[in-house]
Amino acid sequence: MLLGISIIMFAVMHLAPGDPASIRYGMNPEVSQSARSEFNRMYDLDKPVPVQYVLWIKRLIKLDFGRSLIDDRPVIEKIAERLPATLLIQVTSIIMIFCIAIPIGVYSAVRRNSLFDRVSTIIVFIGYATPAFWLALLMIFFFGVKLEWLPISGMSPWYTLYMDNAGRITDLVRHMILPVVATAFGSLAALSRYSRSSMIETMGENYILTARAKGLPRQRIVIVHALRNALLPIVTIMGLTLPALISGSFIIETIFSWPGMGRLGYEAIMTYDYPVVMGVGVIATFLTLFGIMISDILYAVVDPRIRLEKNRG
Amino acid sequence: MNKRIIFGLVVILGMMIIALFAPFIAQQDPLEINHDARLEPPSINHLFGTDNLGRDTFSRMVYGSRISLSVGFIAVLISLGIGISLGGLSGYYGGKVDGVIMRLVEIMYCFPTFFLIMMIITFLGPSIVNVMIVIGLTSWAGLCRLVRAEFLTLRERDFVHSAKVQGVSDMRIMFRHILPNAMAPVYVSATLSIGGAILIESALSFLGLGVQIPNPSWGNILTSGKNYMDYAWWLTVFPGFAILFTVLSFNLIGEGLREVLDPKLREKRR
Repeated sequence: MLLGISIIMFAVMHLAPGDPASIRYGMNPEVSQSARSEFNRMYDLDKPVPVQYVLWIKRLIKLDFGRSLIDDRPVIEKIAERLPATLLIQVTSIIMIFCIAIPIGVYSAVRRNSLFDRVSTIIVFIGYATPAFWLALLMIFFFGVKLEWLPISGMSPWYTLYMDNAGRITDLVRHMILPVVATAFGSLAALSRYSRSSMIETMGENYILTARAKGLPRQRIVIVHALRNALLPIVTIMGLTLPALISGSFIIETIFSWPGMGRLGYEAIMTYDYPVVMGVGVIATFLTLFGIMISDILYAVVDPRIRLEKNRG
Repeated sequence: MNKRIIFGLVVILGMMIIALFAPFIAQQDPLEINHDARLEPPSINHLFGTDNLGRDTFSRMVYGSRISLSVGFIAVLISLGIGISLGGLSGYYGGKVDGVIMRLVEIMYCFPTFFLIMMIITFLGPSIVNVMIVIGLTSWAGLCRLVRAEFLTLRERDFVHSAKVQGVSDMRIMFRHILPNAMAPVYVSATLSIGGAILIESALSFLGLGVQIPNPSWGNILTSGKNYMDYAWWLTVFPGFAILFTVLSFNLIGEGLREVLDPKLREKRR
């Protein structure tokens, strides 16, 4: 899987016109032709593309992503220092999505056609259609510039150096609020929609009818009988929203100047920094695969039938 | 008819008319720079105000609607083409063909598509044609799965067997006999992905990777607007709502179609 993706990326990058040497030295007439070819040789850019690819894969097996063409630092180091910031936003967003979307979906499924259901349906449709970057701009304007409640960019400014731990954490949380909301908003809408329809389907099942006929209280039916079964498809959907979240991070992190991997990737693309682009691509794909694996595991946790099948086999 | 579909259709048709007759609707040339009228608030002369170069925002948005709609439609046409043919092949033949195509679909699913799009656009050079093609090339995976699933169930049906017995060619069976029966969910998914394509285009234009200035698109009006948010709210508010309403309308049509076409949902509504 990773192999296929990396081949596509590699091909796209190298078949494209424009080369890093001329980006780096293009504006500088003092750099001679020989210096350029020296630069190309240093980074193996003079070799044919397939050879470059094989060399890259060989190094990748040893977890060596090569060095950045811009500042010559190892790619892995550049990504490692950016990754925690991205994960912080992503994980918080995912938790937020889960904690808000599912209750909304379940509640509006149980009280179908109530005022709450209608209002939340409208909000969901709007949320689904809102461009995340526009929402980010509006939030920056209202909460950052107009009301001055929240900081609008960056993660840990210089002044946190003079703070104690509690102060640092509060400051970090304040910086996180806007990016997290912007990241989560679209998926939040999608997921609450899914959980609503999944819950409606479950509530129509015969065993729910049985439970109701037994005279069980509604709350017990919803929480004990229906929720667990309705959660199954939702868990799968969660795995699929991960690529969307990571895609979003490229633009959200750029808007909020959040020092994460998304912005690193954006900057690397803009400067034709091949090794960094490849590195970010690989790590992003890896994160997605990892997320899908977690959602598979969660699936087994929620659905005992899968575990049973595995035990038998 | 379904209320959602009607609302969506009205908005989209309105947008299409505006896009088609842009030269008659726009109040002035969208590229005309007027330094005496910089950042003017909305008025009768400038319905949506002017930008930092004195260009009329309303006119720019009217022309921008051409971009958004055409990107939406053409990108989805491309992904329909790829999705239907690959999904059809995969579902009809199964076996090794299916294996290879499904691997490809998995790859497309796991990849953070926006990163790939950004990469290709940057390296190929930003232009609106590239944006359409690249969005089309990267968004067919879902459609492909859908078509495959439909083909898998339809190929076992009697009318397909009877066509085979009569010696109809595989291609003809696939496109003439099976495909028309598989289209219902495809329409739904395609309508929803038009909205998605418009969102991606606006994000790309916002980053400067889509339509190139001075040509207007909703995304790049937002880019110039973000620097003047403090005193020129109209530059940020109007294009944003334009994107929102267009995407919303496509999604409403899609959801409405789903309700009409999906017998499972229809039964439950009773």
